[in-house]
Amino acid sequence: MTLDNILASLFPDGHEVRNDKGVILGSATLRSGGRMLVLGVADRTALGVDEAIRLSGHVLESIDRDSGPILVLVDSDSQRMSKRDEMLGLNEFLAHLAKVLIHADMNGRPTIGLLYGHSAAGALLATGLATRVLVGLPGADPAVMDLPSMAKVTKLSMEALQEKAKSTPVFAPGLSNLAQMGAVHMTWSNATSLADPLEALLAGLPAVQDRRDALGKERGGRLKATEIAERVHDLALQAR
Amino acid sequence: MTAPLKDITPAERARSTSFYEASARTRLELLLDAGSFVEFIGPEQREVSPHLKIFDLPEQFDDGIVVGHGRLDGSPVFVAAQEGRFMGGAFGEVHGAKLTGLLRAARRISSIPVLILFDTGGVRLQEANAGELAIAEIMRAVMEARSAGAKVIGLIGGRSGCYGGGGLIAGCCSALIVSEPGRIAVSGPEVIETNRGIEEFDSRDRALVWRTMGGKHRRLLGAADVFADDNVQDFREAALELLGLLGPFGLDRLKAEQRRLADRLRSFGDCGDAVDIWTAEGIAHAEAVPELPADQFIALANRIGRTSRDAR
Repeated sequence: MTLDNILASLFPDGHEVRNDKGVILGSATLRSGGRMLVLGVADRTALGVDEAIRLSGHVLESIDRDSGPILVLVDSDSQRMSKRDEMLGLNEFLAHLAKVLIHADMNGRPTIGLLYGHSAAGALLATGLATRVLVGLPGADPAVMDLPSMAKVTKLSMEALQEKAKSTPVFAPGLSNLAQMGAVHMTWSNATSLADPLEALLAGLPAVQDRRDALGKERGGRLKATEIAERVHDLALQAR
Repeated sequence: MTAPLKDITPAERARSTSFYEASARTRLELLLDAGSFVEFIGPEQREVSPHLKIFDLPEQFDDGIVVGHGRLDGSPVFVAAQEGRFMGGAFGEVHGAKLTGLLRAARRISSIPVLILFDTGGVRLQEANAGELAIAEIMRAVMEARSAGAKVIGLIGGRSGCYGGGGLIAGCCSALIVSEPGRIAVSGPEVIETNRGIEEFDSRDRALVWRTMGGKHRRLLGAADVFADDNVQDFREAALELLGLLGPFGLDRLKAEQRRLADRLRSFGDCGDAVDIWTAEGIAHAEAVPELPADQFIALANRIGRTSRDAR
């Protein structure tokens, strides 16, 4: 689905969302009548310092002015890999965007990520993975790292990696693997209107608590994370 | 004649121990008050990564991170130290979950600060999805702990630097302490060169790596608050100093950070090299910055360098 089709399907009552060189900024009218702030990355654009500062600014400007939930649309490359971006402190710009989204979510502006294309590495951490609920659309193809690069690092053949990927979701790219880990909460069908599942999600949002590790355990993707975190947590509380 | 070992005070030992060279456990032992460290889920419990055997890779009984509780000048602190010599200190499922659990506890007991000794190349590729998600959970947990009032300080000066998602977690901390060999970035030099070519970044040009990602540049840019000399005692003293200075987190910090970063882009966005940035900051012989000894550099940074205090 194209960005225009997705926006039209999500917001049949209209939206003012524009895509400026891969940076999505705007807002939209919900079927319930409320407003939703919209931002994101389109056209498989790399997320660099110039893009990130506009996205975080869009959310911060909205915090004092508006109310309502926030939608983060994601079809990005990874973080921009360049001397300039790293020299200027890309880690701070990406962290800042994530922090702004997390802070908004914790303070009455629930955040929803919609992964409709590609994303990877630092770009995914600063956008979709910094939202309360991350939704995937069919055809989305997130990858922490692509298999050819992974083959280079692990010194294994592509065939060997593809074989291993069949038995474990833990390293291989793809929406279903990330879903099994607990990173993607749900996948919507794009055969029908996207406004229906969006309104249903907003009407029954999960609590603000981060339960992705428990979700990963329920789905059999991450069997140890939630238990280890709980044990450390409990030991730390006893230690004071 | 050198003094017998038993006459050396802990502070003297910490002063003579390179943070860069030390193991995660030695860093913690010398950073904290002598004998105060208590580990949570130590190596004796053999909580190893369940994924490395898929790749026939050796496991480590602590999965490359040491977390626990100790004292700093008598006051309680939570600590986490990554071991850069095991899989480059990379985040896997168990490794990450230990830090997540610690930060979630800090949210509950927000009077106890958290010190994170970063030493990481980022996500552990053999368990990339679990590692990426662990980093997302840690970023969230840092912000929840800070929002509850806890101070979270990052210490960066290890062999593996602070790369990938580690750089993003560092960006979420209340403050950072960095030494000269501590590098902070998202993409590492080799990754940039592989993806964009040697014209974009020559990863074998070590001077380029240090001045683009290294501790001195990060301090001058205001990305790190304190520059420490490469010994554990200097990091300890910097942590104590910062704990006394840091105020509570709130929306005003994020607004100030937006202004701080936007101003950085306006001021330095057209610079082609870190030396140009230092010159623009008003340093007379900027090309000499990499050679400055720590004490002279700290004096220069305190005079000219920017700060991110109250703006992160």
